[in-house]
Amino acid sequence: MKHINKEQVISTKSKHWIHLWHGFLSDKIAVLSLLIFTFYCLISLAAPLIAPFDVRDPSFMSLENSEIAPYWIDGDSRFLLGTDGQGRDLLSVILYGTRLSLTIGIFAVVIQGVLGICIGLIAGYFGGRLDNFLMRCADIQLSFSNMMVAIIVMALFQTVFGIASYQHLAMYILILVIGLAEWPLFARTVRASVLAEKQKEYIDAARIMGIGSGRIMFKHILPNTVSPLLVIFTIQIANAIIAEAALSFLGLGMPVTQPSLGSLISSGFSYMFSGAWWICVIPSITLIVLILVMNLLGDWLRDHLNPKVYKD
Amino acid sequence: MELLNVHNLNVNFQLKQGDLAALIDISFSLKKGERIAFVGESGAGKSILGFSIVNLISKPGYIKSGSIKLHDNELSHLSNRQMRHIRGKRIAMIFQDPMMTLNPVLTIGEQMVEAILSHTDLRKKEAKNLAIEKLVQVHIASPENRFDQYPHELSGGMRQRVIIAIALLLTPDIIIADEPTTALDVTIQAEILELLKQICDDNNVALILISHDLGVVSRVAERTIVMYAGRIVEQGPTLEIINDPQHPYTQGLLNALPQMSLPGQRLNQISGSMPSLLDRPSGCAFHERCPYAMDKCKQGLPEFLFNGVSHVACFMVEDMLEDLNNDADSTYFDNELDEDLDTSLEIQPQTRGSK
Amino acid sequence: MLHFLFRRVIQAIIVMVVISIISFLVQGRLGDPVQQMVGQSVSLEDRENLREELGLNDSLVDQYMRFAKNAIKGDLGVSYYYKEPALEVILRKVPATLELSFSAIVLIIVISIPCGVIAAIRPKSLLSKALMFFSSIGLSVPIFIIAIFLVYFFSVEWQIAPSFGRGETEVIFSFWETGFTSWDGLQHLFLPSLSLALALMPLFVRLIRSEMMEVLQSEYIKFAWAKGLSPMRIYFVHALKNTLLPIITVAGIQAGTLVAYTILTETIFQWPGMGFLFWDAISRVDTPLISAYLMVVGAMFVITNTLVDLIYGLVNPTVRLSSHGL
Repeated sequence: MKHINKEQVISTKSKHWIHLWHGFLSDKIAVLSLLIFTFYCLISLAAPLIAPFDVRDPSFMSLENSEIAPYWIDGDSRFLLGTDGQGRDLLSVILYGTRLSLTIGIFAVVIQGVLGICIGLIAGYFGGRLDNFLMRCADIQLSFSNMMVAIIVMALFQTVFGIASYQHLAMYILILVIGLAEWPLFARTVRASVLAEKQKEYIDAARIMGIGSGRIMFKHILPNTVSPLLVIFTIQIANAIIAEAALSFLGLGMPVTQPSLGSLISSGFSYMFSGAWWICVIPSITLIVLILVMNLLGDWLRDHLNPKVYKD
Repeated sequence: MELLNVHNLNVNFQLKQGDLAALIDISFSLKKGERIAFVGESGAGKSILGFSIVNLISKPGYIKSGSIKLHDNELSHLSNRQMRHIRGKRIAMIFQDPMMTLNPVLTIGEQMVEAILSHTDLRKKEAKNLAIEKLVQVHIASPENRFDQYPHELSGGMRQRVIIAIALLLTPDIIIADEPTTALDVTIQAEILELLKQICDDNNVALILISHDLGVVSRVAERTIVMYAGRIVEQGPTLEIINDPQHPYTQGLLNALPQMSLPGQRLNQISGSMPSLLDRPSGCAFHERCPYAMDKCKQGLPEFLFNGVSHVACFMVEDMLEDLNNDADSTYFDNELDEDLDTSLEIQPQTRGSK
Repeated sequence: MLHFLFRRVIQAIIVMVVISIISFLVQGRLGDPVQQMVGQSVSLEDRENLREELGLNDSLVDQYMRFAKNAIKGDLGVSYYYKEPALEVILRKVPATLELSFSAIVLIIVISIPCGVIAAIRPKSLLSKALMFFSSIGLSVPIFIIAIFLVYFFSVEWQIAPSFGRGETEVIFSFWETGFTSWDGLQHLFLPSLSLALALMPLFVRLIRSEMMEVLQSEYIKFAWAKGLSPMRIYFVHALKNTLLPIITVAGIQAGTLVAYTILTETIFQWPGMGFLFWDAISRVDTPLISAYLMVVGAMFVITNTLVDLIYGLVNPTVRLSSHGL
């Protein structure tokens, strides 16, 4: 076998990523998406610092301030984006809401990823009956749609815990449920890459040298699946945020006292007809833009890393 | 009168890197019922040539200049709609991989009948009869059953027969066969080639065979055209080209045939590889790989010279012809040329069994 | 084919058993059924007797077997709120949901196939670019926001379509309550089905486009051109038929999403279907109804998925061969 210098491999790999980065910089839409996404991340991190009002302050809600239109309509400089039906400053709740939505989205996908990668590695590496069984499970779970599973599980949780105690746990349960609902996507992609990698000689070589299977999987196979995983990761965050918003919209997610973007839209819905459109529209736009940039980034990654994402 | 006349055809590819020439000044002609072959490594542009004759070059490619005349009718200016009446009807094509050429979700019958219906006024029933008749012609057993089967129910050789039958449906003037046997088993290759030859003879159909394999070409074609990097480098009667190749590239191709190496010996590959469109060398494009390259090969382009039997574009051949002409008394130059060029050519091509 | 069908049915049964266990746990374990049935005023002793009578003190396995037996007979318990058999309550709502889903599916097929095909065969045209732009955005707008905006514009601003309920309905074949037969019913159907369709359409437009573009590169399409066929025949027979294969698989997966989306859509438009009923049942903690919904929707999933597999087998001749071989 031809001896390949390790340094050479690394340098060609990093060259590939540098090349990719240059390609990225020349794509205006991709760069803009990344900037907007970074902006979202920053305001989420800094929400407690930059929000004009403290959402935990009991005086934050005051009905005398309710339904004040945004600054550019009403001219009330205290509330830049107006207030909602309970007199909360919309800018502040949106900042906190974005923070919540992003947190839930990212952590849910981390759970999906860890679970899916482990299952995919095991299924692909060991093969046989175990593989068959795990992939059947993935098929069935996929055919039920993550949203459906999440709605049902959240409904069950709510019935079990009762609405009052449920509200304290809402965020953790949401992360867990959305995280558990979509592992098959990761699992299938990883499994497919493992099957492809397994054919290659270096895995045999590693095995002959007596390297343990766990080490082979994580050190040798996993790095080769980085590109498809990156794509799924990005798109799944968008999907997780949508799922969270939908659940909250149905009243199965974050409670009104601790609103995510979805619950804000839900509570704003009824004001659409009374003329206070901003209560619903501004959080909606915030949510749409966030999901849009994630999807655009995911699209860009898929087009340029060009991995096969196994969805069916 | 000539059936097909291609003159100074230039095909370019409009890429990000610029407008790149894929075919340069291709000229050749074809008589009715004649079988000719285009030979070269992959990347020589021979497949592009096949597709440009029927105006089906894939997207960034386009015909830049030149003319393609069928029965004195210019094809390169025809609209897509007009061209449709040529494709399949006057000029049919056979592709390389029979596994990929037939649509997997349509039956053999549907794929045959649709071709007939789109070019004639026959009724469905008549079209079916015609299709089955053609299936018989390509020696397919129980054609009625095959008619209703899907491509995946047929073997590779059988599919290639079906494809030949489809090409033959409307008795075209020309069949362009692009590597028709490359994807097939060696044992089936011979059968298919024989079938192709026989069918062209029986129906007086002209054949343009595109292949990288001089062995295949020698079995079928009457005339051979050798291409390198988008240009014709040598053309002449197949027998002459094989017995007495003039251009160093043709010699290389011949030497590379497994039959030309002794058992246990390494194959005589041509060193290096075909340049891509992007970095075509200056002058004669072959000079980087040519064992006889001279300084002028890097700068100028050799002209086509007729040595009495074939046309060659090579400075070395040019020089030799001049020398011979200066010697004035010699009209037979090939013996001397052989010694000068290559000694391994002493193995005679007859051993390759041109059946 | 038989073997294929057999495997599918076995799988379907296993899935149904798992779902029934979940529904059983929902029904039996969530909340105290005795409490729900008799309220606060009954003595502890009476309650204990009732527990014994209901079999709540039996082992879990026994209780499940009883539940399963009843479920097969069609008895999924009595809804606390409606005081009627839960299955009947749900089945009454099935036509509304199915009509809504059906209209949405028709809209999706009728709109996304031509859009996807156009975007694939003329990728550089302005129309295709506009289609891709809107489908990119559409993919990022959650269904409830689509619904909210549709309601806002069509019902509030322009007042051309009603925003809630089914409107006039009529009972046909003595059990099916349909909104298709009256103009009012169709008007009410417009916004909910449009939101459902719009939510799923972008995915299909993009999918059809990318699959079709790949198919158009294939050898058999080049061969079809070389045969001199008309573009219509090549695009809509040769290419589309091959494009549909992977689409059908995705459509099967999206059937689940469609059901989830009906819950959202029906809630927003107060569409009296299963989804709205489910949402109501959750907020009323009507556990028999929740568990019955799970069973019914589970069964619908299983049936749809099996159907999708069968359709796939019909469109794809290679599947048929492998089943012939057995």
